[in-house]
Amino acid sequence: MMKKKIGSILYITVCFLFLYLPILVTMVYSFNSSKSLTSFESFSLRWYENLFTSGEIMNAVYVSITIALLATAISTVLGTITAIGLSKSRRILKEIIINVNNIPIMNPDIVTAIGLMILFSSIKMEKGYLTMLLAHIAFCTPYVITSVYPKVRNMDPNLANAAMDLGATPMQALVKVILPMLKEGIYAGVLLAFTMSFDDFVISYFVTGNGVSNISIIVYNMTKRTNPTINALSTLVILVIVITLVTVNVIPLIIRRKRNPEDEFTDMNRSLKEEEA
Amino acid sequence: MRHFIRLIRPYIVWAVVMIIIPLLLIVLYSVTTGGNDLVNIQFTLNNFKKMTEPIYVAVFVKSFQLGLLSVGICLVIGYILAYLITIFSEKVQNLLILFVTIPMWINTLLRTYAWICLLSDNGIINSILGVFGMEPMSMMYTDFAVIIGLVSDLLPFMVIPIHTSLCKIDQSLLEASMDLGANRFQTFWRVTFKLSIPGVLNGIIMTFLLSISTFVIPKLLGGGQYMLIGNLIENQFISVGDWNFGSAISVILAFIILIAITSMKQIDKEEAEEE
Repeated sequence: MMKKKIGSILYITVCFLFLYLPILVTMVYSFNSSKSLTSFESFSLRWYENLFTSGEIMNAVYVSITIALLATAISTVLGTITAIGLSKSRRILKEIIINVNNIPIMNPDIVTAIGLMILFSSIKMEKGYLTMLLAHIAFCTPYVITSVYPKVRNMDPNLANAAMDLGATPMQALVKVILPMLKEGIYAGVLLAFTMSFDDFVISYFVTGNGVSNISIIVYNMTKRTNPTINALSTLVILVIVITLVTVNVIPLIIRRKRNPEDEFTDMNRSLKEEEA
Repeated sequence: MRHFIRLIRPYIVWAVVMIIIPLLLIVLYSVTTGGNDLVNIQFTLNNFKKMTEPIYVAVFVKSFQLGLLSVGICLVIGYILAYLITIFSEKVQNLLILFVTIPMWINTLLRTYAWICLLSDNGIINSILGVFGMEPMSMMYTDFAVIIGLVSDLLPFMVIPIHTSLCKIDQSLLEASMDLGANRFQTFWRVTFKLSIPGVLNGIIMTFLLSISTFVIPKLLGGGQYMLIGNLIENQFISVGDWNFGSAISVILAFIILIAITSMKQIDKEEAEEE
């Protein structure tokens, strides 16, 4: 039995090496003092200095971050209210919207990208920051809807009615009763939207113009020749993504540990209910 | 709750403008000439006819070959990986799966660029080979480089759905199968593998969809002359400027994917009915 496990560990290690080798190489060589891709000469922060003094790159970082934040905020609000409305709509409308909503998820990025590119140019909209933002909202919202909608369906509709019977306005019922119950779905949507937007290359590449570029576009333009500044930039992007993911995965564990037993009980009830559904 | 029905209205407008109209525009462009000049458009099927020219047929054939090959490699490597992960305790499994997912969140572009450093003529792999006294190999700008890039990009998309369906299998079924006299291989093939088919199909759809439409990986690892469907579309829109032909290729691409998805769903359904 032990022998078998050693074999498995070996296989898993090789697979992980295959997945992580490129990432590790990027990180290590971002600290290389020479431009060479093969020999690591000595430790240096030269490429990071390059990175922070390049106006072009800093501009792209600004574009990536602001677009990701704005697109996440807007698509989360739009996606959440749509998911709530969806559960109350007529069956036919519901099915049509869910199917339309799946189109951007299943369609290859490049098809979505050229569709939006043609749309913007046929309404004579100048390509740049705004078109990129609109495109990002367009591909993030479907993911928010798909992560929030299942939570809306599991929710007991009587709770909102009860709140309103007890004198809450619909707005109060929405903010104080419904939204807290959808918390988990909304968080998942936010995480998905932010990382998808921050990481997007294909769609941004086709809908941007007038020199507005995000980090991915800058990297794409720089890959034409060897440039270790890309390694430094990649390292920072990878760190941002990994830190976000680890925090998102670890924080719930810490919170769960701090909770009192009573919560544990309601938690259990909820998961039982979900299983029944 | 009736009050909340209206909340859906903004998205209906949004979805029509940002999802449906762009698709209709692609279809419109694919059957017309004259590009952006919407005043004097003319309907034609020449854009589709152009695709039957040998150079374009070759691009489609090549995309399919490479796509299917990388899906196949991912399936073999990924299935074994997913299966071996299930051997461990739940805590370890969660950790391992987290490690499988992390690369999915990191931009394909960045990871593909890193492969250039590894594979190039004076890159890391060749310098390691040099230490052992072996001749340097020319790996960049070959099918091999593109396949390596595709497999490392797509592997997580294969592992996750397979692992999910392997986890769902009721362990007592395996015990029952053994008790009834099946050996380990029979149990695996007739019980475990059969029950993991939904995950396998999901993995195949995801990886096929991504591999057939990619244009970053072939461009970076295959070089500027390397043409797959994605590159062909990019070329038409960015360099050549023939949006009509580009749209026609996209329509075909979307159609291929639609067929792939529906046929996989059909297989899944038939499998479910058999039981």
